[in-house]
Amino acid sequence: MITVFAKSLTKDYNSLRAVDTIDFEISSGECFGFLGPNGAGKTTVMRMIYCFLPVTSGELKVLGLDVAEHASEIKAKTGVMPQDNNLDPDLSVLENLIVYARYFDIPKKVSSLRAWELLDFVELREKADVNIRNLSGGMRQRLLLARSLINSPDIMILDEPTTGLDPHSRHAVWDRMEFLKSRGTTLILTTHYMEEAEKLCDRVAIMDSGKIVVIDSPKNLMSVHGGNLEEVYLKLTGRHLAA
Amino acid sequence: MQLKRAFRVWQRNFTVYTKLYKSSLALNFVEPVLYLAALGLGLGAFVKEINGMPYINFIAPGIIASSAMFAAAYECTYGTYVRMFYQKTFDAILATPVNVDDLIAGELMWGASKSMLYGTIIMAVISAFGLVSSPMVLLVIPVLFISGLIFAEISMIFAAIVPGIDSFNYFYTLFMTPMFLFSGIFFPVDTLPPLVSKIAFFTPLYHLVNVCRSAALGLLPGNLWDVAWLVFVALILAPYPFRLMRKRIMQ
Repeated sequence: MITVFAKSLTKDYNSLRAVDTIDFEISSGECFGFLGPNGAGKTTVMRMIYCFLPVTSGELKVLGLDVAEHASEIKAKTGVMPQDNNLDPDLSVLENLIVYARYFDIPKKVSSLRAWELLDFVELREKADVNIRNLSGGMRQRLLLARSLINSPDIMILDEPTTGLDPHSRHAVWDRMEFLKSRGTTLILTTHYMEEAEKLCDRVAIMDSGKIVVIDSPKNLMSVHGGNLEEVYLKLTGRHLAA
Repeated sequence: MQLKRAFRVWQRNFTVYTKLYKSSLALNFVEPVLYLAALGLGLGAFVKEINGMPYINFIAPGIIASSAMFAAAYECTYGTYVRMFYQKTFDAILATPVNVDDLIAGELMWGASKSMLYGTIIMAVISAFGLVSSPMVLLVIPVLFISGLIFAEISMIFAAIVPGIDSFNYFYTLFMTPMFLFSGIFFPVDTLPPLVSKIAFFTPLYHLVNVCRSAALGLLPGNLWDVAWLVFVALILAPYPFRLMRKRIMQ
C-alpha cells in the first residue's frame, strides 16, 4: 500500500523554488530517508507531508488523502518529531504529553495511561514532573519522540531526529525507531548522517537544490556507485554532504 | 475552523495560566488600583465632581474597561508572539489535527476570556470600595468578552505584521496609550476639541467605558447602542487576524 504519493510536487517561497517538481512514493511500513545538505529542500518536503505548508503545485497524497483537502484527518494519524525543540516550556514533562493528547481529542484517562507508557519507552519516567527547561538536550529529544507517539500514529515524520545529540542519546533514539519500524509504523526521516541512513532506511532519496537526484536502497546505491553513502553523494551531486 | 479544536488551544492557554496566575494576576491587580488611588483620591481632591459625582466614582468604571483592554492586548501581542516565534508552540500545535484557523480562533477566544476575567476582577474590587451603585454592573461581564474580542483582534493583527517583538512599543505608545487617555475614562470626551472627541468615538474603548459607567450607575439600557457598536466592530474585524496570521505562519 502506498502511504505517501507525490507527483510533480513543487514548493515556492516567493521567488525561491525550494522543492522542484519531485516524484516519489513511500510504502506502508517502509523507512524512507531524505538525504541532503541544509537548504536541499528536505524539511520543506516533510512540512508539506504533515500539512504544515501548502503545496504550490503538483500532487501530494498521504494515506490516500489530498493534503489540501484533508489536513486534519492526515495529521490525526501522523506523528511529527520536529527539528527544533518546540516542547511547551511552561509545562512539565508529563503535562507536555497530556496537553498534546488533547489536540488529538484523546480522553484524559487514555492519554495519561499512554503518557506513562511513553515515558517508560523513552526512559523519562522519573523526570515526569520536571520542567522542560531542566532537561538535557538528549532528554528533550526523547520527549519530542514520545510526544510524537501520543496518538499512536501510522506514519512518523522525523526531521533530523538525532542532530546535535551525543552518541549515547543518538543510539537511544535509533533503538526506538527500529522498534517502531518492527511494529509496522511508516517512518519518514531527513538526515545528514550517513550512518543513520545506512542503519535505518530501506530507501533513501538524495536531494540537491530542491530536486531528487536518485531514489534507491542504500545497499544498491553503494554497490552501483561504490564506496559508502557519503561517496555516493559526492559522485551524484559533485559536492560533499557536510554534516 | 472547528470550535472544538479551537477550544483545545484555549484549553492549553488556560492550563498554562492556572500554573502561572499567581504571579501575573497580582500584578494586573496592582496597576488599576494605583490609578484609582493616585487619580481618584489624589487628583480627585482637587477635581471634586464630574457630572454630579465624586471624581473617583467617575473614573472607577472606566478602570474596569481599561484593565480588560490591556489584558487582551498583552495576551495577543506579547503572549501570542512569544508562543508563535520564540516557543514555537504554534508549530507544535499545527502538527496535530488543529489547523491554523482553529489556532487563531482559540488564541482570540483566550484573549477575550482573559479580558473578561480581568475586567470582572477589577469590577469586584471597585464594588468592594463602594464605587458602584447598581448590581446592573454585572451585565457588563458578557460585554467585556465582546470588547475583549475586539482588543484581541486588533492586537493579533499587529502581532501578525510586526517585524520583531520590539515593534510592539509602537503599538502601545501610538495606539493603546492615547486610547487609554482619551476615551473618556478620566474626563468626558466632549471637553476635548471636536476633532479629538470625534476620533474617540471610533475607538472601542470609548464605547466600553460608556457601557461600564452607565451600568455602574444602573442606567444600562440607555447604552445598548454602544453594545451594538462593539458587536458590529468585533464582527467586522474578525477576518483580518485570520488572514494575516495565516500568511505569517505559512511562510
